[in-house]
Amino acid sequence: MTDIVIAILATSGAVFTLLAAVGIVRMPDLYLRISVTTKAASLGIGLILFCTALYFKETSVTTKVLAIIFFIFLTAPVSAHLIGRAAYIIGVPLWVHTIVDHLEGKYDKNKNDELSSEE
Amino acid sequence: MSLHEYLFYIIMPILALSVLLIFVRFVIGPSITDRVVALDLLIITGMGLIAVYSILTDQPTFLDIAMIFALLAFLSSVAFSFYLKQRRKND
Repeated sequence: MTDIVIAILATSGAVFTLLAAVGIVRMPDLYLRISVTTKAASLGIGLILFCTALYFKETSVTTKVLAIIFFIFLTAPVSAHLIGRAAYIIGVPLWVHTIVDHLEGKYDKNKNDELSSEE
Repeated sequence: MSLHEYLFYIIMPILALSVLLIFVRFVIGPSITDRVVALDLLIITGMGLIAVYSILTDQPTFLDIAMIFALLAFLSSVAFSFYLKQRRKND
């Protein structure tokens, strides 16, 4: 019974990871790639790690797995935000079919620095 | 088909295929930030491989390496984004 649950969870986790890999190859733009990979990969790896906790059924392994999942869910959005912000500042181009750019004019593209800078 | 055979013959090839696809983007990525994102995703997929391998070999000790990989992925992406911004600012 536990084996079937582990197999189902591992299959869905692997499929989510594969979707993230297809997304990072097929998406036309850096920002769409960040958007697709962060969400899909954190869910897929969370499911696969949860399989490990179900398989071993020990308190130490479960604690370790929950710590890793919590850390991934905490840090994946932060690092995606930082990379996207750095990419916008150094001038990585947006997709040609982008409709709205909320940050247009907020950063000076010639100086590549914030207009309302903290310093 | 037992659970170990299923994990070995179905799940591991799917994860290996996704590592290959991410590596394609790591090689052809037009800008450096694409490569940073691909490296982050490579490390996270490696954590999934480690988790499946720890089930296959009955060794839960491998999960410590997965935890260290999570720390390294976060630190490397933060450091890369910080230095990319600093590099352009000092030109």
